[in-house]
Amino acid sequence: MSGGIALVANGFRGFARYLGGVMGADAYAKYLEHHRAAGHEEAPLSEREFWRDRTDRQDSNPQGRCC
Amino acid sequence: MAGVPDQRNNGSRVEGGLATDPNLPPAAVDQARLDAEDRKWTPAKIALWAAIALLGGVAWFMLAIVRGETVNAIWFVFASVCTYLIGYRFYSKVIERYITKPDDRRATPAEYKADGKDYVRTDRNVLFGHHFAAIAGAGPLVGPVIAAQMGYLPGTIWIIVGVVLAGAVQDYLVMFFSMRRGGRSLGQMAREELGVIGGTAALIATLLIMVIIVAILALVVVNALGESPWGVFSVGMTIPIALFMGVYLRYLRPGKVMEVSIIGFVLLMAAIIGGGLVAQTGWGASVFHLDKVTIAWGLIIYGFIAAILPVWLLLAPRDYLSTFMKIGVIVMLALAIIVVRPEVTVPAFSEFASRENGPVFSGALFPFLFVTIACGALSGFHALISSGTTPKLVEKERQTRYIGYGGMLMESFVAIMALVAAISIDRGLYFAMNAPAALTGGTVETAATWVNSLGLAGVNISPDLLAETARNVGEQSIVSRTGGAPTLAVGLAHIMHQFVGGTALMGFWYHFAIMFEALFILTAVDAGTRVARFMLQDSIGNFVPKFKEASWRPGAWLCTAIMVAAWGAVLLMGVTDPLGGINTLFPLFGIANQLLAAIALAVVLAIVAKRGTFKYLWIVALPLAFAAVVTITASYQKIFSPVPAVGYFANNAAFSKALADGKTEFGTAKTVAAMEAVVRNTAIQGWLSVIFVVLSIIVIATAVLATAKAFRDRAAGTPTTDNEDPAVPSRVFAPAGLVPTTAERELAAEWENVPAEARLERAGH
Repeated sequence: MSGGIALVANGFRGFARYLGGVMGADAYAKYLEHHRAAGHEEAPLSEREFWRDRTDRQDSNPQGRCC
Repeated sequence: MAGVPDQRNNGSRVEGGLATDPNLPPAAVDQARLDAEDRKWTPAKIALWAAIALLGGVAWFMLAIVRGETVNAIWFVFASVCTYLIGYRFYSKVIERYITKPDDRRATPAEYKADGKDYVRTDRNVLFGHHFAAIAGAGPLVGPVIAAQMGYLPGTIWIIVGVVLAGAVQDYLVMFFSMRRGGRSLGQMAREELGVIGGTAALIATLLIMVIIVAILALVVVNALGESPWGVFSVGMTIPIALFMGVYLRYLRPGKVMEVSIIGFVLLMAAIIGGGLVAQTGWGASVFHLDKVTIAWGLIIYGFIAAILPVWLLLAPRDYLSTFMKIGVIVMLALAIIVVRPEVTVPAFSEFASRENGPVFSGALFPFLFVTIACGALSGFHALISSGTTPKLVEKERQTRYIGYGGMLMESFVAIMALVAAISIDRGLYFAMNAPAALTGGTVETAATWVNSLGLAGVNISPDLLAETARNVGEQSIVSRTGGAPTLAVGLAHIMHQFVGGTALMGFWYHFAIMFEALFILTAVDAGTRVARFMLQDSIGNFVPKFKEASWRPGAWLCTAIMVAAWGAVLLMGVTDPLGGINTLFPLFGIANQLLAAIALAVVLAIVAKRGTFKYLWIVALPLAFAAVVTITASYQKIFSPVPAVGYFANNAAFSKALADGKTEFGTAKTVAAMEAVVRNTAIQGWLSVIFVVLSIIVIATAVLATAKAFRDRAAGTPTTDNEDPAVPSRVFAPAGLVPTTAERELAAEWENVPAEARLERAGH
């Protein structure tokens, strides 16, 4: 019984993670990953700074949305 | 297996093989192994594909040959899905093998330009969803509904065959070549490949086409919300909801995208339910009961403000909401159609299929059906998304087939479902909803009389049915609710109420559908205005450099105002058009979209020729020729047809003559002012058609010249210039499609054992 619940919960978590990926919710995590991998000297942006920078850059670099 | 990696890293069909790091596992599955996997036909595999082909064949037979009283909607699902699978498995592989020739040993821009922000390697399945959400919007939901005037079969064939041979080919190739160019935009590629004249023509055409597309999408929203207090309230509420989400993400909990989307979704549902309650109150009905002209002005003012506000405040949060809804709606629609399986009573070919005076859109089946359904079969607008955004996120080259070709197949499936929803409602109801008020008279009695006078087989509609349907969906009237969105909403409510909730929930489902269509369109309007503004700023910047500075407020505001004024003028023209607006303007939308497709395919043709692939050039030339013939014929008829219902100038002349003769009413225009409006509108529409088609012919001609030159150069042995970014060896691996093959799984397992720090070279910056 609990196995079934765990299975459903897992499936739901997987779907939520996927949806989050599609919407770009994991952008900060990916940025940190890149930052670590690239071996930058300076500290990474904080979460708040990152999202601010992200939307502010979209101001001058808009992404199209189709019909 | 793991021995001699450097040997496995070479040996490939691709010219100029690229050596990847010998200390890592290969970055690509060995080409011979890939070929062997493709060519190995086990009995199970043969049985599977035979079953798919058989099921598809039976479904097509049921749709196209069997002429019963009704046809079940499930056959549309089988016919489309089986054809997509076959097209994806076989045709897109031909394109991959002979045209794109992806090489997984090459790093993609997301790898060699990685910055953690714009260039980020993204899981292929996530990127598939991301790309799909960017390309699919209201377009595939509206065009097929309008095209249903001709019966279900012409639209179905064009959506399914068109996507396999044209739409998906365009999306895939544009995405691949943009990826090879570091994610350059279509405009930049056009300038590089076609030179100054072709590039400039492509830029101007793109700009104009965006104006038309935004205007007509806006017209669809206005038509859906006119005289609908419920719709106005609930769609209006999306603005404060988005503003709240924006503030929440910026100041309260930055980065909690899923959390805020769920909050937004709950608020959205509350807005729909609240709209029903508000519309029932006296004050609600009077405050939110707005005529179309007022709504159009509201939308224009809103469009300007939204485009100059910072992205974080309105556009970004609404985009989250829109994506969230998009995925949910499509899953819901597919489930509902499969579970409910509605019976379709619409004939395969309607009485209007052989005429050119249909009330929903005018013009003959060829070419106008092929421009009425643009999104879902072949949509040039996608070239703007497939270049630029998505290529910067692709992890491996071979994934572009799945994301580009596969993503477009998915959009086509959305179009098929929209078609099914629209044709599952009563045919009389369909014509009463989609014909302009000038024909239906606007009341249930006149509309029923008019529909019954059309002499359509099996159609006998009563005023009561029209009144009852309106009551069920919570609207005052559904007569002449043109634009496609209300029809789809009624169709969706019709299907969904059999699935969940019964008649009591029809009003909710109707407004749910209107809400998501409006949401998609408003996002496209915002984003379109912004993109167009930057294109304009960039173009003016060539003469007045100050305009290139994106942060220079006066320039940004002026260019925004110009773009909003341009689409706003077309929108107002459509709203006030005595001839009905959507039926005269929608062909222009389709023509514009398909001309953009022709431009994108022309650029791709030149690129493919320059790579020396002449034998398989027809894969690009075929959709290009079709799109060119369709759009140029459609434009030609719109410009030169002597039939006033079809030709803009013929109509213009007829109304001008009537005015000169001193008539005070003519055709559907009942006043002199209305007649003057027709003269004005037809002149503008006519000249727009002329400009579009001339620009597109210039682009296509320069592309054909570039192709011919590539052919001559190749024959003479002159090296051709290649605008691709230099090849960089890849240091990552990921499978290409949804399900990894055995070879891919094995290689992925090898990569699992590589320590993370060994995988990526230190960029050291």
